[in-house]
Amino acid sequence: MNLEYKVEGGDFTSAGLASSQIKKILKQLNVDPAVIKRVVIALYEAEVNIVAHAYRGVIKAQIDGGGINLTLEDEGPGIPDVEMAMTPGFSTASKAVREMGFGAGMGLPNISENADDFKIDTIVGQGTTLRIGIKFR
Amino acid sequence: MNLGDLCNLVEGTAVCGTGRLGDSVEYAFASDLMSDVLTIKSTDFILITGLANIQSLRTLEMSDASYMLLCRGKEVTPEMLELAEENDILIITSPYSLFRCAGILFSAGLKPLY
Repeated sequence: MNLEYKVEGGDFTSAGLASSQIKKILKQLNVDPAVIKRVVIALYEAEVNIVAHAYRGVIKAQIDGGGINLTLEDEGPGIPDVEMAMTPGFSTASKAVREMGFGAGMGLPNISENADDFKIDTIVGQGTTLRIGIKFR
Repeated sequence: MNLGDLCNLVEGTAVCGTGRLGDSVEYAFASDLMSDVLTIKSTDFILITGLANIQSLRTLEMSDASYMLLCRGKEVTPEMLELAEENDILIITSPYSLFRCAGILFSAGLKPLY
């Protein structure tokens, strides 16, 4: 099963809509609730990152019997120092993002914690692509 | 702790998900930082927060958690209400501060997660 969702930068009202949709689909597929929670927390953090930092992005989810592969590709400023961005507590988030309850430098570490595979490709001035893989068993 | 008793202890008002007032919850987590809430592995907790926006509800949805205590008389927006109803989440509002709510509930036996 292949799914695709568009995400708009700055649209905090809709942030999490794709994660919510994918959660419903995984529940219908009878995936273990503990695994669903790991998937949607990693995905939700990544979705919020697009809304918080990029101009726009696309979320692609590929689901098969073995697990889920998520690709989140955004057009945005990119990440100048990935190692620094992965450091818990480091953040470049705006005041608006912090007012929404995010932007404390926990997003990427949270994604890494919940994913079986996690890869960041980024080009400064162009955008960032996250690849998140989570096995169902 | 029974959610109906919890509601009375903080002079609260249940604004949606009232069918859950008979439920019990063992743990609480007080935070306005949603990424911190998303680190919680358990689903048996009530979020005590002052963050009155749709992302606090989304965070509960993603966490598979069902209870929120919103402090300092913050208003529940129509978007929050809609999302709470969709996910059968109980929202209790209290006029008390987050500190006061947390203190009362801790003293009454609600357990911390960390």
